[in-house]
Amino acid sequence: MEIFLQQVVSGLATGGIYGSVALALVMIYQATDVVNFAQGEMAMFSTYLAWSMLNAGVPYWAAFFATLAVAFVCGVVIERVVIRPVENAPVLTIVIVCIGLLVILNSVAGWIYSYIQKPFPSPFPEKPITIGNIFFGAHDLGALGVTLLVLLLLYVFFRYTTLGLAMRAAAQNPVSSRLCGIRVGWMLALGWGLAALVGAVAGLMIAPIVFLDPTMMSGILIYAFASATLGGFTSPGGAVLGGLLVGVIENLVGTYVKFIGTELKLTVALAMILVVLLVRPSGLFGRVAVHRV
Amino acid sequence: MSRGQGWRRAIVLAAIAIACALPFLLSNFRLFQFTQVFIYAIALLGLNILTGFNGQISLGHGAFYALGAYTTAIMIDRWSVPYGWTIPVAGLLCLTAGFLFGIPALRLEGLYLALATFALALAVPQILKYFEHWTGGSQGIVLSKPGAPLGLTLSPDQWLYFVTLGVLILLFVLGANLLRGRTGRAIVAIRDNPIAAQAMGVNGALYKSLTFGVSAAYTGVAGALSALAIAFVAPDAFNVFLSITFLVGIVIGGLASISGAIFGGLFVQFVPNWAQEISKAAPWAIYGIFLIVFMYAMPRGIVGALRLAGARLARFRG
Amino acid sequence: MTRRTIVALALVAALGPLLFAGPAGAQWPGVTPTEIKIGNTNPYSGPASAYGTIGKALTAYFKKVNDEGGINGRKINFVTLDDGYSPPKTVEMVRRLVEQDQVAFVFQTLGTPTNSAIHKYLNEQKVPHLFVATGATKWGDPRNFPWTMGWQPTYQTEGHIYAQYVLKNVPNPKIGILYQNDDYGKDYVKGLKDGLGEAGRKLIVLEQSYEVTDPTIDSQIVNLKNSGANVFYNVTIPKFAVQAIKKSHDIGWKPLHLLNNVSASVDVVLKPAGLEASRDLITALYLKDPTDPQWKNDQGMKDWLAFMQKYYPEGNTKDAFNVYAYTVAQGLVHVLKQCGNDLSRENVMRQAANIKNLSLPLLLPGIKVNTGPTDFYPIEQEQLARFDGERWALFGEVHDAGKK
Repeated sequence: MEIFLQQVVSGLATGGIYGSVALALVMIYQATDVVNFAQGEMAMFSTYLAWSMLNAGVPYWAAFFATLAVAFVCGVVIERVVIRPVENAPVLTIVIVCIGLLVILNSVAGWIYSYIQKPFPSPFPEKPITIGNIFFGAHDLGALGVTLLVLLLLYVFFRYTTLGLAMRAAAQNPVSSRLCGIRVGWMLALGWGLAALVGAVAGLMIAPIVFLDPTMMSGILIYAFASATLGGFTSPGGAVLGGLLVGVIENLVGTYVKFIGTELKLTVALAMILVVLLVRPSGLFGRVAVHRV
Repeated sequence: MSRGQGWRRAIVLAAIAIACALPFLLSNFRLFQFTQVFIYAIALLGLNILTGFNGQISLGHGAFYALGAYTTAIMIDRWSVPYGWTIPVAGLLCLTAGFLFGIPALRLEGLYLALATFALALAVPQILKYFEHWTGGSQGIVLSKPGAPLGLTLSPDQWLYFVTLGVLILLFVLGANLLRGRTGRAIVAIRDNPIAAQAMGVNGALYKSLTFGVSAAYTGVAGALSALAIAFVAPDAFNVFLSITFLVGIVIGGLASISGAIFGGLFVQFVPNWAQEISKAAPWAIYGIFLIVFMYAMPRGIVGALRLAGARLARFRG
Repeated sequence: MTRRTIVALALVAALGPLLFAGPAGAQWPGVTPTEIKIGNTNPYSGPASAYGTIGKALTAYFKKVNDEGGINGRKINFVTLDDGYSPPKTVEMVRRLVEQDQVAFVFQTLGTPTNSAIHKYLNEQKVPHLFVATGATKWGDPRNFPWTMGWQPTYQTEGHIYAQYVLKNVPNPKIGILYQNDDYGKDYVKGLKDGLGEAGRKLIVLEQSYEVTDPTIDSQIVNLKNSGANVFYNVTIPKFAVQAIKKSHDIGWKPLHLLNNVSASVDVVLKPAGLEASRDLITALYLKDPTDPQWKNDQGMKDWLAFMQKYYPEGNTKDAFNVYAYTVAQGLVHVLKQCGNDLSRENVMRQAANIKNLSLPLLLPGIKVNTGPTDFYPIEQEQLARFDGERWALFGEVHDAGKK
């Protein structure tokens, strides 16, 4: 039982990581209808910016918020400069541009900062919390809290603010939105900015756990895709929950399904997601897309 | 026959003639590179049938490529089957696997299908390592390059080039016939308007899973040929970047176009090499810039740009 | 034949090599009177780009050699190409090097799967495939692959050393293993198992693997602790080694912790994991760690730092790969000097298989490079070290896998 609980707890900690990146993916999908393959690398790059600031002696929280601001601006700029020229091209063309962005960011980060991993500070206490024999990492708990907080803020933003509503409208029905006086182009750019910001938060929370290097996000992005798929690409809450589920399922499979062991645990976790998709083709919490004929 | 079709036929014949002359003009190394272009082109045509013509996005075709490659490698290594037989077997096996995967995939749309197939691509290296007894695990399987049959004085590279070219022409002709006929119209109709297609009596489910199967078969044959050309298979050759490379290839070449597969093959084979000529410090950055600039200049791929240029020219003349 | 002709012929035979030494070089691929062309592949792009620094440091070192006049008057032309750690690309690039660029030989190609893909080709072409950058065991097989030679101690050798240590020093050992699910991880595990022997294999209570793409290995560490293991055999790359050391410390698991050489860097791994958490780790070393304070005043290390500053300033001086590259480049220079003016592929191979007790400045004291016609494993010695909270304290004798 103890090992079961410990595996669940550590699965939740890892799942929180997946969830935070999945949140950024869902964010950009909702705001622009694009799946951004460069999301992970953008988050990694933001984290390096924060690292440079911290290294230059900037206090943690100042660096934290400065990074978010820079990430937001960069997201907006990337949309206006890089994505805008192919805005009306087929969606796969945009996907290829995102892949181009991914390889550029990955390569440039390695070039500037080298591939040596760097420790990254956590704003939370070092000491782990133990209840009975179960161990909770203070940072893991804190990071999960931050993810949930971001989720709540996004919910409020998209549900109750005019800007948030305008962004949703622009993504779902650009033509009607334009007729209502919404500046659709800027809404898309804002969507990129916000997604970059959410990604930066994820990067800053993940780096203390997995350490900072240019490949930090490549594995996590894959899990984040799985999480968002499981939870549903149209549901931010679903994405976070999907992340937690993936984390826990993966750990339990690796621990208890002996003939599989750890060598196939990724495969099994992916297969389970496929099974879920077959029952619910838009993920656990996603809306079913309705097409007009 | 319209004038446009006549021209097209002439261009295709000229291209085949040039391709047949190359082995006697180029070094073995260059031939090996072009063999790889052809292999990529076959795989890309397979993916294009599914994604370009039928509208089902797959990020997992690396899995079928791997299945084809390992089928050939295992048959040659374990059972000493003559290599010529392994290619159709790889194709049939991938046809079946693709068809079977296509059935559950029916329930998924757009993004969810793309990510479900992505999962397939991710799982492949792990599965290959797990069944070590068959696949040689992470050490892979080393093969011998097939030589030309008795009586032909060709180097192994020349021979393999011709084999690949033959398979390429065969599969492209088959593909063109399939896509330009009744079946092709059904496949495209499902992409453009599934409900209307259904109303017209097209069995959407059957066509979609069959398309998946055919697409996988093409990619599997390409994988089988690659095992022969490289003479080695290992899990590291079939990571997610391979599947992404395929996607890059079809979009750069031109979605829903048969000749686009050749252009895509040329791109994915040669452009990364140019990128590293420019910068060893960060070759990926250069490659990424190439990708983005290409997409700016030709948002509908190379064939899309050629068509546009052709249309402009026609209007100018007219 | 007159006597005069015989004398003339004898003269030509005697003087010929001297007279034609220069032009004769032209008959060897990749060698001219002023240049030796050497080929290499490295991952400069893709997920394994971290290794790319080896290729860059090699390039820098050969520039230094050229600045100092080259080798026997010949400059080294080092052609290094990106293969992105993808075996098909390696095949393409190595064929380019051999068939198009016509290099004299191929040196330090990186990676096990990538080298496996070109192993047969290079041996068929009879092109030296020297000092490959991987720790797999199959590179030292002169009977079947007389043109291929490894360099570093094999992963299996190292696993063997740990097995001996455990059998000798740990009463009632229960071994838990964490390994990367690829050739590197599996080779290390095989080495340990071989070292333990049939009976000893029962001492392994749990094996856990991870994939390079896994974000964390927390779950595996929890399982290992739970297995009751008192020996932890940690076969991980630096990124995961840090996590493993930190996590096992955090959850209060205190086994005898054997850390593979791959991740033994003080600054890159142990400091981030916590020096306290790293205390009493055991590893096997053969190179000097550039971040270990005990080598601060070592002449070899000082020279290396000067080299880095002058020829590879953008390189990271904490990166043990740069020490590795520097050392193997020195090994190659030794071989080429030994070749003298005969740079035929046969002689390069012959001389590579004729290294006797070569010490290099960044090898640990007492560790020597040795090869012979039947010994294609240049470095086979390693020494165990225990981390004392600040530096790796070497202990025990130098283990030599060559002496059996």
